[in-house]
Amino acid sequence: MDQLFVNLKAWFLNLLGLFLPDWLVMLASIVVSGVVILCLGPFIMMYLTLLERKVIGRIQNRYGPNRVGPWGLLQPVADGIKMFTKEDIIPAYGDKLIHLLAPIVIVVPALMVFLVVPFGRNMTAVDLSIGALYFLAISSITTFPIFMGSWASRNKYSMLAGMRTAAQMVSYEIPMTLAIVPVIMMSQSLSTGAIVAAQNGLKWFVFTPWGLVGFLIFFFCAIVECNRPPFDLPEAESELIAGFHTEYSGMKFAFFYMAEYMNAFTLAAIAVTLFLGGWQGPLFPSWLWFFGKTFALIFMMIWFRGTFPRFRVDQLMGFAWKFLLPMTLVNILVTGFWHFNPGAVGWGVSGAVLVGFFFAITALNRPFVPEKRIYELAE
Amino acid sequence: MDLLQLAIKTGIYTLMAGTLVFALGVVMLKNLFHAALSLAAVLIGTAILYLVFHAEFMAAAQILLYVGAVITVIIFAIMLTEHIAERSIIQRNKQSLPALLGVLALLVLIGKVLLKTPWPVNPSTLDARVSVSDLGVALMGAYVFPFEVISILLVGALIGAVVIARKDSRP
Repeated sequence: MDQLFVNLKAWFLNLLGLFLPDWLVMLASIVVSGVVILCLGPFIMMYLTLLERKVIGRIQNRYGPNRVGPWGLLQPVADGIKMFTKEDIIPAYGDKLIHLLAPIVIVVPALMVFLVVPFGRNMTAVDLSIGALYFLAISSITTFPIFMGSWASRNKYSMLAGMRTAAQMVSYEIPMTLAIVPVIMMSQSLSTGAIVAAQNGLKWFVFTPWGLVGFLIFFFCAIVECNRPPFDLPEAESELIAGFHTEYSGMKFAFFYMAEYMNAFTLAAIAVTLFLGGWQGPLFPSWLWFFGKTFALIFMMIWFRGTFPRFRVDQLMGFAWKFLLPMTLVNILVTGFWHFNPGAVGWGVSGAVLVGFFFAITALNRPFVPEKRIYELAE
Repeated sequence: MDLLQLAIKTGIYTLMAGTLVFALGVVMLKNLFHAALSLAAVLIGTAILYLVFHAEFMAAAQILLYVGAVITVIIFAIMLTEHIAERSIIQRNKQSLPALLGVLALLVLIGKVLLKTPWPVNPSTLDARVSVSDLGVALMGAYVFPFEVISILLVGALIGAVVIARKDSRP
């Protein structure tokens, strides 16, 4: 059961091997993995939209979509048909080529991250030796298509959203990268497969003080990186209409949407890989553990969306630079200490350092509250 | 198998050609935003070339630092400066001739160095793989001094940025 998909692929390749030369089978192996990933991305995206609408609906004490198919299960298909048949509008003074390219380009990095995600034991498409770094590099490209879309639309609101995205993504990339550093230090590898292997059994990194802090920081940054509420400033409806994709409709808009949901999934998947032990877990097959943990994180993201009000721009940037960044640096230091003193001593000291630093930094970051003014002349 | 080799070779040459076309775009396009985007494409193209030549770490670092950070800042600057993002701007000024001379001199210099450098192509260098841990050991061992100097430079730049961005308290 554990190796179900691996065996399926091996069986299929064996079947091909009966009447095809070796190198074609090798090529077919690549194609099979590629096709599976290319289908998995959009499929997951379709049902994430349904899940999101259902969960948000429940949070708001209503049912969510339930008309198309049983329990609304065919709703994503209906949405897809609607998107395909919608009129495609291009702004008259916009840059037509770049306007067209932006939604296409945004899907590419979103799909490319899937390559290094270990979905289960022996279920990584490409186990790159620089997996974690590859993920960071690819996800840093996502800013471009958003820039392209916002600039090519020739729309003030899109432009503002593009600016916000730039500031937000560049700022949050730094704590995100630094939050991964402890994991790399402890597993002594950049490959996602090796990182999961280092969390063998129940030695998940999240069960250590630095792992817990790193996971929380990474998770916050992940939500910001995929522009989800409460950090969805680039598309804040109430301020910027719909942000960078205001001028997009039909399938082009759907591509932006798709990339966003696939990013949410891959970021949750990478968080699981790095901190929650990836596919490690007792009893159930590895891929079930992996998808279970990932969807639990996605559920958290949706829950956040249903619960928290949106941040203000300056609060968002301040949070990254004044709080998360120093916290990650201390976390790296603590990880070094943990490496030499694991166990009770490590727990005590690193826990104390982290908690102490947390309070120190919140005290230093206390927002400036101006003293109450009395308008003498007004009275 | 020959077919596969041929396909790989064609792919690499296409990639190089595409990178060169985008590189021309960086200097020839009149719209600054388009130029910046082609610069991004050039950098991604070179990153893929690194990947092809088994320098995975270089490729990832290139995309992370140049494409992810530097180009983002460049585009940010272009978008903030409304007047240069909109219309096409003149690409020449009075310094064209000195610039041409300077570039020619640089080309000659680089050409000379390239011709002088021995390129040892033998099976052992072809199979060489530099892993990330090798890089780390080298940075912490043989090259620790330049590594530390660079970190001082970065801290200096960081403090400079903070000083510039600080609210001016004087009237």
